[in-house]
Amino acid sequence: MIAWIDTIVQGVLLGGLYALFAMGLSLMFGVMRLVNIAHGDFILLAAFAGMALVAGLGVSPGVALLVLMPLAFAFGYGLQRGVLNFALGRDILPPLLITFGLSIVIQNALLQIFSADTRSIQAGALVTASLHLGEGLAVGWLPLMIFVSAIAVALALQWLFGATRIGRAFRAAADDSEAAQLMGVDNRHIYALATAIAMVVVAIAGVFHGIRTTIAPTDGPALLLYAFEAVVIGGLGSFWGTFAGGVILGVAQSIGFRLDPGWGILVGHLAFLAVLLVKPNGLFPKTR
Amino acid sequence: MLATHNLTAFYGDFQALFGIDLQVDAGEIVSIIGANGAGKSTFLKTITGLLKAPRNAVRFEGRDIGGMPAHQIAQAGIAMVPEGRRLFASLSVEENLKMGAYTRRQGRFDLDAVYALLPVLKEKRTQPSTSLSGGQQQMAAIGRALLANPRLLICDEISLGLAPIVVKEIYEILGRIRKEGLTAIIVEQDVGMARLFSDRLYCFQEGRVSLSGRSDALSHEAISKAYFGV
Repeated sequence: MIAWIDTIVQGVLLGGLYALFAMGLSLMFGVMRLVNIAHGDFILLAAFAGMALVAGLGVSPGVALLVLMPLAFAFGYGLQRGVLNFALGRDILPPLLITFGLSIVIQNALLQIFSADTRSIQAGALVTASLHLGEGLAVGWLPLMIFVSAIAVALALQWLFGATRIGRAFRAAADDSEAAQLMGVDNRHIYALATAIAMVVVAIAGVFHGIRTTIAPTDGPALLLYAFEAVVIGGLGSFWGTFAGGVILGVAQSIGFRLDPGWGILVGHLAFLAVLLVKPNGLFPKTR
Repeated sequence: MLATHNLTAFYGDFQALFGIDLQVDAGEIVSIIGANGAGKSTFLKTITGLLKAPRNAVRFEGRDIGGMPAHQIAQAGIAMVPEGRRLFASLSVEENLKMGAYTRRQGRFDLDAVYALLPVLKEKRTQPSTSLSGGQQQMAAIGRALLANPRLLICDEISLGLAPIVVKEIYEILGRIRKEGLTAIIVEQDVGMARLFSDRLYCFQEGRVSLSGRSDALSHEAISKAYFGV
């Protein structure tokens, strides 16, 4: 019994990481209807950048993340303004092709710079420290921290979208970009801000991912898949839906791993397929 | 206030406007009528910046605004009530109104002033904009445009698809704002209403101005001739 409770708890915590993966993707799709194929590679790029900062400058992962976040914001803004904005239009294919190309470029650049070795961000005692909850039940401080960060990110994004002028502009531009321009919204700027914010979330996700497990330059597509599944399970339109999607995926994988060490990823995919079959719009779609 | 000179517009290779000369003076209501495909909507798209226009073909308050991006033209003080309302579906009524104030232009209209003018919006302010009736949506679209405190208000087909009694109510509200010195361009299907409500009138036909003059001076025959081109 306690073993199953442990399985669920670990799954929920793992889901926090998946939620972090997914929220950036959900944000970009929500505002621009832009499917970012390179999303997983951006997460890895952030993870490797974090690793380089920690290893090169000898700073702690927390400091590395604080350095990375503004860089990611600027990178996202420039990427959208300089590249992706030109691909947006009625046709959804150009942004798919461009981000697919970016994915290949990032993977190969990472291979060139960091080689194909797997490695991870050194975070000292944090990685193994845990909180004892009772007989046979303990949670690691790191997964707990990731989970709390994911909640904080979801809260922050929900607030940004729901209660601020810029958030209204995000939603208005998503509804009807032409009408939004007539209101004085500069779409190119708004889209760039959306990608910039998405990349900050990506930086957080990447650094945590790099601390939690080993990373290799070609892991990106797998991360994209998890992010995608979390978004689809949750249903588009709300960050809490995406968050819930991440948690469901995490729990499913965790249960799979408990059944057989080889089944974890598979059970995650099966849970995704089951949701797609029963509720194609996701579990918590926003209906308005 | 607004003047276009030899304004042309294209959709790709297709030319939709062939040299439109139109003028709107401060405090004046100008209506544009014309059959479907006459170029009314295209004309509005070019002056609001949604469609490219030659640089010096559109002048607004002494500035050439032709071809400027739409958001800058909105900032300069042209607000539009678009055809079909085009409220933002995922925003509440009040959020829609606040989008109108996005440019932060100062003036007579703030949220309270719009609610005083259109009390029904205050009642429904937390509801999704999609839950409003057609007439209420039109009022929300007008309120949204007013919150931009525009120098020039453009109304595109505001009576389309609404019951006559609702149309009357909406024009009654516009009439009230008019007394405070509204400058507006009204595009109307309803020629009678367009004539009644405007100081001057332009009739478009196949991308050209086929008739213009003081609304009360134009005869019915002249208008129907310019409208249908027969």
